[in-house]
Amino acid sequence: MHPLFSTLLKRGPLAALLLAVAAPVAHAQSDLLGQLEQGQQKDEPTQLVEATFKATRLINGHTVQTPGEGTMVFLISHRFGALNSGAYQFFGLDAATLRLGFEYALTDRLEIGVGRSSLDKTYDAFVKYKAIQQSVGSHSVPVTVTLLGSAALSTTRYSDRISRNALDRTAYSYQALIARKFSSDLSLQLMPSLVHRNMVLNEGEKNDIYALGVGGRYKLTRRFSLNAEYYYLFPGYTADNYRNSLGLGVDIETGGHIYQLHVTNSQGMIEKQFIGETTGNFFKGDIFFGFNVSRNFTIKQRQRK
Amino acid sequence: MIGSLQSAGHGWAPLLRGLILWLGGLLLPYAGLAQGKYMTKAGHLSFFSSSIMEDIEARNDKIAAVFDLSGGQIAFAVPIREFQFKRTLMQEHFNENYMESDKFPRATFTGQILNAPQVLKQLAAGTQNVEVEGNMTIHGVTRKVVVSGTLQLRDSQLVIFAYFNIAPADYSIDVPLLVREHIAKSVSVRLNIACDPVSPALTQQP
Repeated sequence: MHPLFSTLLKRGPLAALLLAVAAPVAHAQSDLLGQLEQGQQKDEPTQLVEATFKATRLINGHTVQTPGEGTMVFLISHRFGALNSGAYQFFGLDAATLRLGFEYALTDRLEIGVGRSSLDKTYDAFVKYKAIQQSVGSHSVPVTVTLLGSAALSTTRYSDRISRNALDRTAYSYQALIARKFSSDLSLQLMPSLVHRNMVLNEGEKNDIYALGVGGRYKLTRRFSLNAEYYYLFPGYTADNYRNSLGLGVDIETGGHIYQLHVTNSQGMIEKQFIGETTGNFFKGDIFFGFNVSRNFTIKQRQRK
Repeated sequence: MIGSLQSAGHGWAPLLRGLILWLGGLLLPYAGLAQGKYMTKAGHLSFFSSSIMEDIEARNDKIAAVFDLSGGQIAFAVPIREFQFKRTLMQEHFNENYMESDKFPRATFTGQILNAPQVLKQLAAGTQNVEVEGNMTIHGVTRKVVVSGTLQLRDSQLVIFAYFNIAPADYSIDVPLLVREHIAKSVSVRLNIACDPVSPALTQQP
């Protein structure tokens, strides 16, 4: 029996009556928890919103995600040939372009990466910095903003007689990736983008291309999501001669791997290529089936605080 | 007890409360055992999963706990997002795929010490082995469990230590086939909480 109760009983019927009014032990327990939660809610700390997207890529372009400190990502990206290339080309599966990439997170916010695309034999390198992180709590922030800068050097041998030095072959891309995780299932992202080519050849073609991307994911299960990504080219030479990049796909997560399968009208997998050089008409069957496979390795384990 | 009386909400509750407090004051010298409430917001909890493929370990230093020594009741709350893993990807998967921390941000336990009067009487003499029976809620699933541990009054602090096992499957934490070899069927949990006494003025006497 409750020690207080037994002592109280000895002290007479009034005390016993009073105790009977007091709720039983079970009630007292939940009450204890209530006190605990009250205390916690009062000084609820600001909580960062994590995992806006599963991978560092949405389809072709980057997401706001950076891997945690000390994590290296090995990324294999693949785009087959166009779906409408016919049975002879096995509907595109005979042809393929590839990008191999390594990325490493120096801190929880700063990531660097290198890659090599078979398209135009292009080497690329990027720096990605998560400047603002979405959070809830006393100091809530509505969006995550990640800044991306990348350089791409094409080393292909051009058949024209124009001489190009390394700088001429280089293009830079800048993106501000702005994303919000609306719920654990839905995340949307805006990508204002600028691509600067050091050398352009055609009459009327500008060095700079401005584009605005929109994209998002919707999780159907905990490890499976639908993704979409679209880059709108602002009016100009590029918009007149190339197409807006569109991609639709899925993310499948299995432990340390993320498989992304998609269809897109872009064959390139770096900003300069899919923003500025997309030629396929998605709705006429110029669709490239492709996938990204990313594997994370923990290089440096996080220090315990 | 005072709190529960308030929630009874009768019109004559203030009068009763006064009486109880007054009676409580009378009782104190007779009770002869430690009274009052102990609390902390910085208890430690770690878990360890060992399997053929890999060992997984995480630590949480933000356990909130209340211990009501007068009745031998304990409650603690574990903020799931505060678990720190050595591998950041594991931490993400833990929150996103297994614990669903957005939906279930806290795990809780409320329980009652078995044989409380006896245990608490001897507490002043030294460390006591205790069994606590109560409700464990993890991942939105509540189960009745009995946890054994030790209780100790060290300086002014009340130190609670417990070591027990939790099976993820019991709490609908579902592990996909592909990584089943990586996550132990039974995860061992180590709990170490040092509670500070809550100022007696707040809980016992006006």
